[in-house]
Amino acid sequence: MNTEWPLWEIFIRGQHGMSHRHVGSLHAPDAEMAIKNARDVYTRRNEGVSIWVVEANNISASSPSDKGPLYEPSESKVYRHPTFFDIPDEVGAM
Amino acid sequence: MYAQMVESEASNDDPDKLAEFQARIDADIKIEPKDWMPQAYRKTLIRQIGQHAHSEIVGQLPEGNWITRAPTLERKAILLAKVQDEAGHGLYLYCAAETLGVSRDEITEMLLDGRMKYSSIFNYPTLNWADIGAVGWLVDGAAIMNQVPLQRTSFGPYSRAMIRICKEESFHQRQGYDAIRKMAEGTPEQRKMAQDAMNRLWYPSLMMFGPSDKDSVHSAQSMAWKIKINTNDELRQKFVDQTVPQAEYLGLTIPDPDLRWNEERGHYDYTDPDWSEFFDVIKGNGPCNVDRLAARNKAWDDGKWVRDGLLAHARKKQAGNLAAE
Repeated sequence: MNTEWPLWEIFIRGQHGMSHRHVGSLHAPDAEMAIKNARDVYTRRNEGVSIWVVEANNISASSPSDKGPLYEPSESKVYRHPTFFDIPDEVGAM
Repeated sequence: MYAQMVESEASNDDPDKLAEFQARIDADIKIEPKDWMPQAYRKTLIRQIGQHAHSEIVGQLPEGNWITRAPTLERKAILLAKVQDEAGHGLYLYCAAETLGVSRDEITEMLLDGRMKYSSIFNYPTLNWADIGAVGWLVDGAAIMNQVPLQRTSFGPYSRAMIRICKEESFHQRQGYDAIRKMAEGTPEQRKMAQDAMNRLWYPSLMMFGPSDKDSVHSAQSMAWKIKINTNDELRQKFVDQTVPQAEYLGLTIPDPDLRWNEERGHYDYTDPDWSEFFDVIKGNGPCNVDRLAARNKAWDDGKWVRDGLLAHARKKQAGNLAAE
């Protein structure tokens, strides 16, 4: 039987109201230990105020070869960016 | 340099795919774990990142040796924090290596049975407290030289690990310099200890960058792949140029009678380490090789019941949760 502890992906929310952000991974026997280990491995310098741990094999990821079909539709819609529109100087900041 | 003499592999992949891969690297696009990559790139990186990770882990031993004997409570707390960082750095790097398809247990076992190496520097002993200052200043200083450019390496997880490590590494070098400065500015006996540490650790620190460029057979491919950014001699020169004024400030003498500023080159001329000693240490014959590996093996063996016990507990709990659902 495989005796290696499972791999967990670690997400940390910093102090200033940002979203949780992926910071790395580690091995732990269960979620509770994963949080304790994440505290030691990833927050030794006040990096966060909240930790999420997700077992790595529960994460589904997009495939690199899908890059074209997945993201092409947004490339052709430049009008979604505010800079697409010219606003006359006289109108002021918008 | 924490990874010395990493052998690169020959590629026999599809030439079109190889060209496309190289084009991505040349365009500074990061390679991510699920992307196609040449077998040789993968294998070389596992070896390099693994060796780097092992160095962080084994590197805890010479410093951990002095935690209980630090001269003040403050120095003890600082050293403890530094050694804990080294464990963290090892873990960041192991995780980066694992994204390439090697398991943590596999890579650990390759260290424990000697199939994988760690940096030659950690096969030298730390005989007294001055050595701890010198290690932080010189050894971590040399490590930073190599790690800063590696933040731009082509493999995404390795680059991200390097960025985290570099953020923390400056603390290591500065606490070392601060500790040895205290001794260099102390009593005549303390001064003598500081100089003695410098004498013993100078050449082993220069060896950290690996063999001279003319003997470094693995560099060209690794540099094309951007898993090595500078040559060994470039980094060694940079380290010497940076360290000489720091030693002068302390009033310590670098143990190299031929060390002098070369106006024309704009660099210090210096004497290379004794390369036969270097190759001997790499082969396993350094002063502490046997002790270091024995300590790692003991830690792994002694920890087995904890690893197994926690896993058994987790599985039992999980089974209980499933039954309750």
